[in-house]
Amino acid sequence: MSTPKISVRDVEKIFPVGNENFVALGGVSLDIADNEFVTVVGPSGCGKSTLLNILAGLEKPTGGTALVDGKPVSGPGPERGVIFQQYALFPWLTVRENVEFGMRTAKVPGDERRRRAEHFIRLVGLEQFADALPKTLSGGMKQRCAIARAYAVNPSILLMDEPFGALDALTRVRLQEQLLETWSKDRRTVMFITHDVDEAVFLANRVVVMGARPGRIVEVIDVDLPYPRDEDMRLSPEFGELRNRVWHSVYHQRQIKEPAQ
Amino acid sequence: MAVINADATRAATPRTRKSRTFLVLNIVSVVAGVAIWWGLSLAGLQFPSPAEVVAAGWTMIQDGSLVTDVGASLGRVLAGFALGSVAAVLVGFVMGWYTVARGLFEPWIQFFRTIPPLAMLPLVLVLMGIGESPKIFVIFLAAFLACVISTYQGVVSVDRTLINAGRVLGAGDGTIFARVVVPASTPFILVGMRVGLGSAWGTLVAAELLAAQAGLGHRMQSAQLYYDLPTIFVGIITIGVLGLIMDRLLMLAGNKLTAWQENR
Repeated sequence: MSTPKISVRDVEKIFPVGNENFVALGGVSLDIADNEFVTVVGPSGCGKSTLLNILAGLEKPTGGTALVDGKPVSGPGPERGVIFQQYALFPWLTVRENVEFGMRTAKVPGDERRRRAEHFIRLVGLEQFADALPKTLSGGMKQRCAIARAYAVNPSILLMDEPFGALDALTRVRLQEQLLETWSKDRRTVMFITHDVDEAVFLANRVVVMGARPGRIVEVIDVDLPYPRDEDMRLSPEFGELRNRVWHSVYHQRQIKEPAQ
Repeated sequence: MAVINADATRAATPRTRKSRTFLVLNIVSVVAGVAIWWGLSLAGLQFPSPAEVVAAGWTMIQDGSLVTDVGASLGRVLAGFALGSVAAVLVGFVMGWYTVARGLFEPWIQFFRTIPPLAMLPLVLVLMGIGESPKIFVIFLAAFLACVISTYQGVVSVDRTLINAGRVLGAGDGTIFARVVVPASTPFILVGMRVGLGSAWGTLVAAELLAAQAGLGHRMQSAQLYYDLPTIFVGIITIGVLGLIMDRLLMLAGNKLTAWQENR
């Protein structure tokens, strides 16, 4: 079997909080295959964002290793695109300039850059807003722009940190469907963090359920529903069954250790 | 006439109607102020009347002295302000970006901030003589101290997520600085520059009162010797009007540069 795209081995992250140590991640191991769509779901404080930041190279683990393509992560890199919950668009740049930002850093020549930006802006359906500033966009449009920006540097991995968490329910469902559509046209390895169980099941090949205190993986649940997925699937009994399983796994966790008071 | 006015008001949006009311109140206030001034001067107070001041101003424009004074004062303030702002932006960025620089610069800036720049004038006059350089230096100091802290605050408070977003898009330190930190702190720099301009202008006039051969402050100072109140009034009004114009120009430029901000 080929090496996994992402391989997390016994990763540990301990922060000192006052005189005590807070174990954000206590020895987490996880493999993600190439072009797999994995969602990570868990209660707040389970270290899911920390895990993503470690893979993004924005934080360093205090123990264990995180490998991407068999090489240890030693900082951020353009092969790993990150999408943040707060959109993190540069407010002084237009949609097009935001999308071109990463290609500009990578010194992609002007013609090529414009062509690719155009392509990804169309892919997320923002062509009418290409020259608009972020402040004129709705939350959903901002996040679509952020997705185009991440795609434009052509990363083989997308790390998404609760990207739809701040959106209303309807926009969220639309964006989930669009994301799957984009992903099926242009496959990447995706690690998607969420606290929404429906979202986790709807999007993923596999759902990783995490628990808090210490941050750990509780269970990994395979989602063998075929793509493309649509609204009908959300109402199907198979989907409901999986959702109940994940829900149960997330919300009826036994605490390993009582929280230190 | 009244009917047309009423219609125009009704058609206007609440916002423009509000700002129109505001403008009318402004004009009423200015006219009333001038009227009170005129009344006081007629009532025998030792004020020149507005007419006398206008006459004095007209004479000073015609003999070219007002233009010379304004030119001298503006030249100093712009030189000092430009140098001070550039230095403040550079130092503020270095302080915000490098902890070492922050540790080294901070005590000195905090110390000099508590000293009014004018209090440095005696020392500066002794060290730099009585030419243009001591005045420009004091103005430089005023503009610099007002602007440097604001720039530094701007750099320190750049949203962490934006820096991370830049890094995951492959940007190195230099690119992050030029394309994220600099634009993100522009609003802070502009606020600092506005405060700096006010401070520079105030310092300028006071410096000219003490040591100058030309300029608005100098003109007022010599008018004082001859009990020439209208000339003093012309000086005061010119200073106020010029300060207001410069502030508004800077504000307009700032609005243009920071039009991307969410809360506008």
